[in-house]
Amino acid sequence: MLEIKNLTVNYGAICALRGVSLEVKQGDIVTLIGANGAGKTTTLRAVSGLLKAQSGEVLYQGRNITNLPAHQIVKLGMSHVPEGRMVFANLTVLENLMMGAYLQKDKTVIQQEMDYVFGIFPRLKERLKQVAGTLSGGEQQMLAIGRALMSKPKFLMLDEPSLGIAPLLVKTIFEKIVEINQQQGISILLVEQNANLALEISRYGYVLETGRIILQDECAALRQNPQVKSAYLGGM
Amino acid sequence: MTEFLQQLINGLSLGAIYALIALGYTMVYGVLRFINFAHSDIFMIGAFAGYYLSKHFPRESMGGGLIVLAGAMIICALLGIIIERLAYRPLRDRSKLNVLITAIGMSLLLENAGQFFFGANPKAFPVLFPVMTIKLGAVVLSSNQMAVFIVTIVVLVGLRFIVMRTKIGTAMRAVSFNPVAASLVGINNDIVISFTFGLGSALAAAGGILYSLNYQAIDPLMGILPGMKAFVAAVLGGIGNIPGAALGGLLLGVIETFFNGSRWSTYTDAIAFTLLILILLFRPAGLLGKAQVEKV
Ligand SMILES: Nc1ncnc2c1ncn2[C@@H]1O[C@H](COP(=O)(O)OP(=O)(O)OP(=O)(O)O)[C@@H](O)[C@H]1O
Ligand SMILES: [Mg+2]
Repeated sequence: MLEIKNLTVNYGAICALRGVSLEVKQGDIVTLIGANGAGKTTTLRAVSGLLKAQSGEVLYQGRNITNLPAHQIVKLGMSHVPEGRMVFANLTVLENLMMGAYLQKDKTVIQQEMDYVFGIFPRLKERLKQVAGTLSGGEQQMLAIGRALMSKPKFLMLDEPSLGIAPLLVKTIFEKIVEINQQQGISILLVEQNANLALEISRYGYVLETGRIILQDECAALRQNPQVKSAYLGGM
Repeated sequence: MTEFLQQLINGLSLGAIYALIALGYTMVYGVLRFINFAHSDIFMIGAFAGYYLSKHFPRESMGGGLIVLAGAMIICALLGIIIERLAYRPLRDRSKLNVLITAIGMSLLLENAGQFFFGANPKAFPVLFPVMTIKLGAVVLSSNQMAVFIVTIVVLVGLRFIVMRTKIGTAMRAVSFNPVAASLVGINNDIVISFTFGLGSALAAAGGILYSLNYQAIDPLMGILPGMKAFVAAVLGGIGNIPGAALGGLLLGVIETFFNGSRWSTYTDAIAFTLLILILLFRPAGLLGKAQVEKV
């Protein structure tokens, strides 16, 4: 589905990614974990076309999409739920969802997607006319994911969906992520600080440290890895 | 009382023109966060487009007038789109100051090109619409004022519909709030920005024609003062805020007109700028603008 080869990204003189390679297979959930500033967000932003790569390649469904503009990448069926949610706070919930389906011309498809999103997050349906900026943090995260699903993606990238959300709701949102993956067959690349949860729901994981992948394995194995345990799973 | 109403009508018709220009400043600010100083010269080009077009269509007729108005709006919309494409877009990723300076340069370019092509001397603006005066009691409404009110109302309603109800309008608001998030849902920001420039410039053209109908003489520097005032109106209403620009324009027009009718009339032109200083001091976000909290 997605293959990143030797990706390097700089911010001016700062080198944020130093040759990152990773792969997400069709139908898979893959997680990318790492400490603050490791380069997780940078990786996702480079894949979705928000940042230019200095070198390396991003292959999506066998096609080289390196440095394609973001709005064209969406057309190929990739959706990115950015860090900090970035819902359109000045638009209503409904308008946010409609913008999620910006490239979809077919009204019946839009309606189907919307019903699907309401099935996952019924809360959104109750708040259709509410301005998104007045939603709670958790509701905004649901909206951000819902908006990303409106484009009917084949591949979904989520950047810290648990950020600033109460633990109980985090659990629900992670269950929904699994549901989206299993029911719709959408492949997922998940970035998380909450490594515990991320490794629980994902099949394969990568550990990023200062711009490099330092470890990669099946999540079951990563969870037993002493290095991962001490650095990311809170000791033991 | 009659005099008050008469002055109010005069003020609103001047304010409506400020409002039409102010909307362009505010919409462009909304999507690009910079002040397009060349906007006031698009207003001027709109007036000249109307002047030249009117030679080919019947004067003092409803149909002819509307065609000239629509033609000038289309010409200016295209001009606005071209200016953005050639002058501003290449600087999109540079500091806002660079774009601002470019906009000032563009403004000078248009003014000088105007003097070169149209001549520096004022030209008499033709009477586009049928002449009549409407008397409501002792209050007189000229056909030009009627034209101003009708065109402004139609344009504002249309604009509101576009911005609030259509897909491209919603995309405009989305880009204005967060261009990055907008590109992540598949919005091509460039297209939305072009559209915004086109729309704003068309409104400026409408303003230019309505202004010229009332002042009857046009020249290549005619945009400067109304443009500055409309900019003040946009700031008064809250820059980036569309209803705010309309409100700011109307308010400014009314205030100016009442001032003009008083014994301080010599200071009329200073009002707008005094107002600007007061807003910046006491309510920098404008009347309808929300105080911007820097996003973290
Ligand atoms: N716009 C920018 N300009 C300069 N440096 C940046 C910029 N954005 C990120 N960086 C730097 O790049 C590095 C990687 O940042 P990134 O946001 O990808 O980290 P992250 O793994 O997502 O961290 P977090 O878990 O805190 O979100 C950091 O050192 C950061 O300071
Ligand atoms: Mg991050």
